[in-house]
Amino acid sequence: MTPSGGTPTDLRVYRPRLSTWWWTRKRTYFVFVMRELSSIFIAWFVVYLLLLVYAVGQGEAAYRRFLDWASSPWVTVVNVVALVFVLLHTVTWFNLTPQAMSVRVMDRAVPSFHIIAGQYTGLVVVSGFVFWLVTR
Amino acid sequence: MADSIQLRVSRFRPETDSAPRWQEYDVPLRKEWTVLDGLNHVKNEVDTTLSFRWSCRMGICGSCGMNVEGEPKLTCGTFLSDYEPGPITIEPLANFPVVRDLVVDLTDFMEKLPRIKPWIIPKEDHGNVEPDVEFLQTPGQLDAYRQFSMCINCMLCYAACPVYGLDPEFIGPAAIALAERYDLDSRDIGSPERMDVLIQHDGIWGCTFVGECTRVCPKHVDPASAIQRYKLKAALGTVKAFLLPRGAR
Amino acid sequence: MEPLVWLMFSAGGVLAAVFLPILAILFGLVFPLGWADPPDYQHLRAVIGHPVTFVILLGLFVLMLVHSAHRFRYTLYDGLQIKHKRTVAALCYGTAVVGSIVTLVVLLAAARAS
Repeated sequence: MTPSGGTPTDLRVYRPRLSTWWWTRKRTYFVFVMRELSSIFIAWFVVYLLLLVYAVGQGEAAYRRFLDWASSPWVTVVNVVALVFVLLHTVTWFNLTPQAMSVRVMDRAVPSFHIIAGQYTGLVVVSGFVFWLVTR
Repeated sequence: MADSIQLRVSRFRPETDSAPRWQEYDVPLRKEWTVLDGLNHVKNEVDTTLSFRWSCRMGICGSCGMNVEGEPKLTCGTFLSDYEPGPITIEPLANFPVVRDLVVDLTDFMEKLPRIKPWIIPKEDHGNVEPDVEFLQTPGQLDAYRQFSMCINCMLCYAACPVYGLDPEFIGPAAIALAERYDLDSRDIGSPERMDVLIQHDGIWGCTFVGECTRVCPKHVDPASAIQRYKLKAALGTVKAFLLPRGAR
Repeated sequence: MEPLVWLMFSAGGVLAAVFLPILAILFGLVFPLGWADPPDYQHLRAVIGHPVTFVILLGLFVLMLVHSAHRFRYTLYDGLQIKHKRTVAALCYGTAVVGSIVTLVVLLAAARAS
C-alpha cells in the first residue's frame, strides 16, 4: 500500500466471491437452476421410453412386465417429479423462444405473443397426434 | 408514512478493512426521495467519509448503480418509500472488485467494451464524404436496433449475471447487446469482425440464458435476447460454412 | 464444436418441449396406473416397427440426450462451480454419445423383432 501518489495498480480492492448457494438467494435464480435441472429428468424419460421400446421388442410378456414395473410406487413417484420438471421445461422454453429468435415480417418484429401462441398450437397438435396414434 | 428510514450501507475502507462491514444511517423518509437522495443526505449531513458515484440524478448517466436489497438498481430511480419500513441494505454492484464503500472498479468493463467495436463501421471510407451528407434510414431500419441503442453502460446487467460473477472473463451482457446494436444498424458492415470477437471462449457461449440481465436493465434493453440471437447466427454461420463451399459464407 | 452442439441442444429442447409431455403422461402415468387401457401389444409393436417411427424416435432420443448433456454440463459449471471444465464436458457428452449408441441398438432390435 502506498499512502499517496500511488498508481491504480496499488489499489487494494475487495474481491467478492460468488457463494456456491448463490441460486438460492433470489427467486429468479432459483427458477433458473430448476429449469436447468430439467435436463436430468428429460434424460430419465429417454431411458424410460427406451426401456418401453426394448420391452415391446422382446414380446408381449416383456411389455406386460414393463407396465407392472412402471406402476410400482417408486417409478410412479419418479415419473410424477420428472413430469413436473418436463412441464417446467416446456413452459420456460416456450416463454424464452421469442427472445432467442427475432422474427421480422414486412420490416416489423412479430410480437412475442404470436410466437408463444404458435408454439402452444404446435404442442396441442403433436400431443393430439401422438394420442391418436397410440390409442387408435 | 414514518419520518425516517434506516439505510444499511456496506462500508469498505482499503486502508484499514480487509472486508466490507455494515454501517447504519437514519435518513428522512420523504415521498419524493430516492435512495441516492438518502445517500447524499448522509454524505452532506451525517458522514462525509461515505463514498459513492453519482452524476445526473435522472437515469441517463449510468453512474449510480448499486445493489439495493440485493437487486442491482440505479439509485437515482429507486425510491425510499418503496422499501418501507426498512432498513434498506445498500451494497456496491455485485461481481465487481470494490475500491471503497459503494465504489467499484470499472477497469474490466472499460477494457471489454471497445473489443466489440461499438461504433459504426461504414461500407466506404467517410473521410472523403462531405460533412453534411446524410445517411437515411427507414423507420423499420431504425426500429431494428433502437432498443439496443438505449444502453447507458450502467453495468447493472453485469451485477445481475451469475455467469460473469463465476467467470469474470465473460465479455458480458452489455458489451454483447451493444455489438448487436451496431450489427443491426443498416449503415454498418462490421458484423463479421464483431462475430470473430464474440465466438471466442469468453464470448457468447458462456451465457446460459439466466435472463437476469434483461430483468434488471433500467433502460429496457434486452441483452439476453442479443446473446441468444448471436448464438443462432453463429450456429447457422457454422452450418453454412460446413455445407457451402469456401467463400460462400 | 460449440455452435453445432448448441444447435443440437436447441433442437432437442424444442422436441422435448413438444413431444415429451404427452409421452410422459401417457406411458409414465396413464397406462401403467390403469387410468386408461394400455395400447394393444400388436398395435404398439406395429407402430414402433414402422420405419417412420424408427427415424422419428432415433432423432428424438439422440437430440434429447445431447440437449440434456449440454444443459447439465453448464449446470455443473454454474450451480456447483466445478472447475475441471474439460473433464465435465467429456463426461457429459461422452454419456450422450454412449446413450445414442444404445438408443440405436435398442431401436434396431425392436424394429427387427416386429
